[in-house]
Amino acid sequence: MSEATVISRSVRASRGGLTAYAIWLALALALLLLPQLFPSRLALSTMSLMGTMIIFALSYNMLLGQTGLLSFGHAVFFGLGGYFCVHALNLAGDYGWPIPLPIFPLVGALGGLTFGVLFGAVATKRAGTAFAMITLGIGELVVSLALILRRFFGGEEGITTDRTDVLSFFGYSFGPQSQVYYLVAAWCFISVAAMYAVTRTPFGRICNAVRDNPQRTAFIGYDMGTVRFIAFSLAGLFAGIAGGLSAINFEIVNAAQMGAVESGSVILMTYIGGVGNFAGPIIGAILVTWLQLVLSDATQIWPLYVGLLFIGIVMFAPGGIAGMLAMQGPVIAAGKLHRVAPYYLLAAIPGAIAVIGLSILAETSHQFSIRAAYGPSITLYSLPFDVTSPLPWIVGLVLAAGGVWLFLRAARLARNAYEEAIAGGAA
Amino acid sequence: MNDGVVLELSGLFKSFGATEIIRGVDLEVRTGERHAIIGPNGAGKSTLFNLVSGHLSPSAGSIRLRGEEIAGMAPQLINRRGLSRSFQITNIFPRLSVWENVRCATLWALGYKYSFWRSIDGLDDVNARTEEILTEIDLLDRWRTPAGVLTYGEQRALEIGLTIAGNADVILLDEPTAGMSRAETERVVALIRKVSEQRVLLMIEHDMHVVFDLADRISVLVYGEIIASDTPERIKSNAAVQQAYLGTEAA
Repeated sequence: MSEATVISRSVRASRGGLTAYAIWLALALALLLLPQLFPSRLALSTMSLMGTMIIFALSYNMLLGQTGLLSFGHAVFFGLGGYFCVHALNLAGDYGWPIPLPIFPLVGALGGLTFGVLFGAVATKRAGTAFAMITLGIGELVVSLALILRRFFGGEEGITTDRTDVLSFFGYSFGPQSQVYYLVAAWCFISVAAMYAVTRTPFGRICNAVRDNPQRTAFIGYDMGTVRFIAFSLAGLFAGIAGGLSAINFEIVNAAQMGAVESGSVILMTYIGGVGNFAGPIIGAILVTWLQLVLSDATQIWPLYVGLLFIGIVMFAPGGIAGMLAMQGPVIAAGKLHRVAPYYLLAAIPGAIAVIGLSILAETSHQFSIRAAYGPSITLYSLPFDVTSPLPWIVGLVLAAGGVWLFLRAARLARNAYEEAIAGGAA
Repeated sequence: MNDGVVLELSGLFKSFGATEIIRGVDLEVRTGERHAIIGPNGAGKSTLFNLVSGHLSPSAGSIRLRGEEIAGMAPQLINRRGLSRSFQITNIFPRLSVWENVRCATLWALGYKYSFWRSIDGLDDVNARTEEILTEIDLLDRWRTPAGVLTYGEQRALEIGLTIAGNADVILLDEPTAGMSRAETERVVALIRKVSEQRVLLMIEHDMHVVFDLADRISVLVYGEIIASDTPERIKSNAAVQQAYLGTEAA
């Protein structure tokens, strides 16, 4: 019985341990201090977008990672949350309602929740492939409705608003981007904490049980349909908050934000970050948002690179980035990171070469075919190339093929080193 | 109907297409009883369990739990009425830890349902109950281990743990000792004896040592029909049973 008491204590203590508080404190501090580190307008608007996407990706992972539901229509709740928020802002501005701006994401939450309940009642009657297809259908349905119900959705142009029209909040007008950043950051912190808290409740645990083995949950007294329905509704609520923040940040919402591309984007973020770890979607949202901005600046075919990254993760690291990081835990615990790290570097170098080679091939063929009207010369990695000459093709091919070949070999070495380190740690 | 009958099956039929698997089963299980169902492969034993636990709906007939009709009810509704089952093929939550597996199975009975506003780690009754079950199935020292990497014997014990964690007073165990070594079987038999003290037990079992060791009453299912339901001694000496199932070896 003494061991029982020990477990009970450690379970109870795990709830509010010092490290737990330290992590939340660090997160709050980071959110507070980031604008000091990156004060430019571009950085602030990027970070505002990241904060929004963190909420969106985490809300998606309530479905995919926590409950095992693959939805292809999650952007519907993001978009609807945005529309409700935008209309509320416009109404409040027109009629002079005394509601300050920071309250408005709640309107988005309510919109997301309402439609989460409505669509969830239909979609969660099924699981697996049927569920995925229903959510895909709902996504298409809502987007086409948006083009019909123009009064509410504003057609293709969408609905615009002015966030400074509503009551100011302790003297803050939320005109400057820095103030919007803090609004997003505050809601991001609240939402992350709330979604984490949900995972630590009876419902959150049962979601995991439904994900692992839905049939058995029925035999411990739970209706898996109800579990999925609640998860779907809550995911809609948090996606609605993200949509509301997006509406406030950009002062516009349009039908494309509810579409398949956005729904796909949140899958990419969540999966690249890692579905099996609470922090995964946070990492994914930050990385993919950043990649989208940086790459779309550099090249027109940036979705190709995000797609390649996604395929790479699915094939080689299904746990996502967070999964790869978490895998290093046992190595660090065994004090063997210094032995494994050189192998990671050994794999990273040919990996980078392969990426460079692939990008040369991609950019060259893009310039050669679709952009042929703009002439044959491009500049890649500060070097000028002529795409009609064989040189860039050969260089690209050699780098890509050689890089991939070396990478696969080095990856095998790294894997062996990793397994050896783990095995040694256990012995 | 009364005189201590907890579970009563009458005129139960189940067919898949044209194939009749269960062909008119009548069975009574009484308070305090350890009741074993034996029968050759393909007799319909697992189908019978699937009908009683709500995994399948009967084609005809009635299943009463303490007088209440449960035939065709959803599994979770039957479970909430106090009837819980284990599975022949281990059916646990592989990615959850042993602790989470058992803890999830305690939640409904303790009234927490779909609560998403209370921290689970702070629920003392849940933690205490989980510890109690883990102590009972002797997996306390494995509490952090993901259930998927437990040994076969440990997973079978966890399977029983999940079945009893919700405080059901009627438990159905589907071949709890299947595929176990002699030593493991002995441990499981001791466990079953312990957990069935305060409960009604209905079990499917192939191991005749286990059956005659544990059961107060044995029913023999052959081709979807109960051909005998009696005390172990009388079942042993029942000529029809010997012919249909036991053969000369166990007689």
